Amino acid sequence: MSAAGKETLLSAADVGVRFHTPRGVVRAVEDVSLDVREGEVVAVVGESGSGKTVLTRRLMGLVAAGRTTDVSGTVDYAGSRISDLSGPALSRFWGAEIALILQDPMTSLNPVKRIDAQITETIRQHEDVTRAQARERAVELLRQVGLAEPERRLRQYPHELSGGMRQRVTIAIALSCNPRLLLADEPTTALDVTVQAQILDLLAGLQRRRRMAMLLVTHDLRVVRSRADRIAVMYAGRIVETAPTADLFAAPRMPYTEALMHALPPSAGPNHVRLQTIPGRPPDLLNPPAGCRFSPRCPYAQDRCLTEDPPLRDAGSPAHRYRCWFPVGSPAWSEARDRNARRGTSAAGTPVSEEMVLS
Amino acid sequence: MADTTAVPAPPVAAPGPPERRRGRRRFPLRRVGARLTHLLLVLLAVTFLSFVVVDLLPGDAAVVVAGDNATPEQVQQVREDLQLDRPLVVRYVDWLGGVVTGDLGESFRTGQPVADALAERVPVSFQITLVAQVLALIVAVPLAIYSAYRPGRPVDRVSMTLGFGAAAMPQFVLGMVLIVLFAGGIWSVLPATGFTPFFESPLDNLRSIILPCLTLMVAEAAVYRQLLRSDMISTLQEDFILMARAKGLPVRRILLRHALRPSSFSLITLSGLNIGRLLGGTVIVETLFAIPGLGQLIVQAVFNRDYMLLQGALLFVAVAYVVINMLIDLLYLFLDPRVRRHG
Amino acid sequence: MADPIAPAPTTTATATPARARADRTPWGWWVAWAWLGTVVLAAVFAPVLPLWDPDVPDYTNVASGITPQHWLGGDTLGRDTFSRVVHGARASLLVGLCAVLLGAVVGGTLGMLAGYFGGRTERVLALVTDVVLAFPGLVLIIALVAILGASLTNLILGLAILSVPTFIRLSRAATLVVAQREFVLAARAYGCRPMRIILREIAPNVVLPVAAYGFIMVGLFIVVEGSLSFLGLGIPPPTPSWGGMIAAGRVELLTYPHISLFPAAVMFLTVLSINYVGERTRKRFEVKESNL
Repeated sequence: MSAAGKETLLSAADVGVRFHTPRGVVRAVEDVSLDVREGEVVAVVGESGSGKTVLTRRLMGLVAAGRTTDVSGTVDYAGSRISDLSGPALSRFWGAEIALILQDPMTSLNPVKRIDAQITETIRQHEDVTRAQARERAVELLRQVGLAEPERRLRQYPHELSGGMRQRVTIAIALSCNPRLLLADEPTTALDVTVQAQILDLLAGLQRRRRMAMLLVTHDLRVVRSRADRIAVMYAGRIVETAPTADLFAAPRMPYTEALMHALPPSAGPNHVRLQTIPGRPPDLLNPPAGCRFSPRCPYAQDRCLTEDPPLRDAGSPAHRYRCWFPVGSPAWSEARDRNARRGTSAAGTPVSEEMVLS
Repeated sequence: MADTTAVPAPPVAAPGPPERRRGRRRFPLRRVGARLTHLLLVLLAVTFLSFVVVDLLPGDAAVVVAGDNATPEQVQQVREDLQLDRPLVVRYVDWLGGVVTGDLGESFRTGQPVADALAERVPVSFQITLVAQVLALIVAVPLAIYSAYRPGRPVDRVSMTLGFGAAAMPQFVLGMVLIVLFAGGIWSVLPATGFTPFFESPLDNLRSIILPCLTLMVAEAAVYRQLLRSDMISTLQEDFILMARAKGLPVRRILLRHALRPSSFSLITLSGLNIGRLLGGTVIVETLFAIPGLGQLIVQAVFNRDYMLLQGALLFVAVAYVVINMLIDLLYLFLDPRVRRHG
Repeated sequence: MADPIAPAPTTTATATPARARADRTPWGWWVAWAWLGTVVLAAVFAPVLPLWDPDVPDYTNVASGITPQHWLGGDTLGRDTFSRVVHGARASLLVGLCAVLLGAVVGGTLGMLAGYFGGRTERVLALVTDVVLAFPGLVLIIALVAILGASLTNLILGLAILSVPTFIRLSRAATLVVAQREFVLAARAYGCRPMRIILREIAPNVVLPVAAYGFIMVGLFIVVEGSLSFLGLGIPPPTPSWGGMIAAGRVELLTYPHISLFPAAVMFLTVLSINYVGERTRKRFEVKESNL
């Protein structure tokens, strides 16, 4: 957690991605604006299907306009408008400036190529080095990501390594050209719980030492609490709340953020606390609900929430923004909460229990 | 020999049982003993079956060999000479004993050793098969790669349409069309029939195999394109392809160095099986273009009741089938490191 | 996302209007069905249609081209090509359909048994399929025809035998997948008898892939029948069949190519339609197309 307030490295404005599917148009990402400053860790948090993966790929340019895909908005990276670039021009950034780590290390390495080739090809693609130099660097990288016997690993194939080891290899590949920005898309979700913390700590350490910016995508708020400078919460393709980590945990405004926090076990204290679940299912992006996207599941929803879409508003400072008509903690909110508690249901008809609103 | 369709000529796309990509690759080494037994049984069954089939054929081989004007005594003499009076099983065991010591016997008809007859015919079939396969792959692989890279775009659509046409075109019709076009009807640039061995005149050899090979390759190219395209499309949806892009590798390199190899397993199986099948003779093409290949030899042997010759030829075909299947397994070992570990 | 390696756009916002193109049933689908319908109807009603007698020569029509009396001209004997093509459809379709039906039923059943029981049943069937595959198909058919005599029935029988291994493999593969599903495991746990499970639970899931492939096999067998007729091993003359007609025209190929051309074109269009319809149908059952 370092260096906020430095120069902006990546800046996305009004980014949108729509997929045309046989069943209709999916608005996977809508009007997302997001900045990542140098050396900063920004977390994007949301349920599966909230559009966070598509957003990451759009930021890089891996998702591009095509026969079935529309994109909108702009993405700037270190002064270049990368959202205007096409394939070959973009691929000079990929791997060299911006690197990506995917969720499942079992599928993100090529099964028929040796680790050696998979690391060195990136280096040799972007830098003018000999095979031997690239190999030397690969050994060093593997050592840095904490793999024992790096020379032996280089000769192995992905299937000969465990999940945790593979993810270390993908991290080594991502870091091979010293990128300034690392996009980590759920880097630990597919791993064993015991390995998850190791990988996250490794990433945090490398990020700090290399003064590299990182966009950490996850569905797990716990993961980011101690590791991110800022957090953006996504729901149904949009950012519904964004704030510095401490602010967000201290005073969440958007009921969805609050609900995510209540769904977590407390990091300290009694471990028999009853965890809450968020009622309902993530929204269908083919037919997003009218008004606020979260309203069908929100315990505080009022009539206005069902018809009017709340804009992104400042909560005190421009660093903390949220989308809600009845922000948590405001007088309007307590009124809405009491009304729903009395009638036992939200305006959308979702049953509301005392316990849910009064915790 | 897991899951490819090869009888008698596969349709546009081999059906894709989900097991296709995986089933064959698992544990070939561990089961090598069981597999060899299986293949040996296949060889025994095929050769014995051919003995039975030939024996059931109407018409007496002895009569055929002795000629129409032979007296019953002469026929009897021939029968004893050829040892046709002995029971089937005895003859089979006898023949098998010969095979093991390298003796395939002699043709009833001409007295030529069967091994020599095969040595004359097999290279012809082999050359045509190989050239046709290579041509089919040269046409199909680039088209498949590009079609998978840009599905639904003009290259994909046009090659798919042409492929449908090619797959629906019977070999004998295609051969006739080619003859009309290039060998007499419209242009007379190539010989319609006949075969010149390579060592007699390489150029004439080339000219004589162009039309037969074209006839053979067209439908195969269509099938191969379709198969590789669909496997490649599923490979391109894998995470490791996304990773390769995110590393900044150029598209060409991703397609050729990352996606092609993991997509090629079904194609290799099918191509291998086709080579095996075609080695056994391409009777239609051989008949149409008057090429002295193995297929013609087999058909003539059936009609002539020349079953020493037939036995030898069928043995060769079965061995080719078995050997090629083993080669495919070995190739998998080379292509897919995951198989090696399970050995 | 159909194209995973699409390059980035040159413009940020592209507003292409609704792309329903991929969803619309292409016109080729209807054309193919229309052609197949016509061929089947022609084959069924051939005897009652107002056609020339397919076996009676008209000496004014020898190798003639298209005339008002003979729409597709005549062959070397002066027989009406159009009438023979229509009557030929009967033989070609009959062979194709019956052989596939027989092969699919036998092969499909054996494949389900192999897939469900595994073990020795599977090994024996694997041996049988390999033997048939390693044995040149043509020799088998020639031998069968020679032993039993040349007839429609024997041809069908021979082709059915050749198709059995393919159907065994296909249905075995489909069975292996289905047999792992919960409802089959549940039925097993209830103590259902294997035959009942195979018939009630597995067969309905195996029928579709087998049928889709069988459909394409019909086209293949029409070609094989033609090839056999071409070698003089098919349906014995004078019964008209497409392959026989094409083969008969081969003698005069360079002088009167149309004698072979018309039946060849009809065969080509029929097989093309079958392949096209079959391929599209097969694709519809394939779940895996888009992901990401």
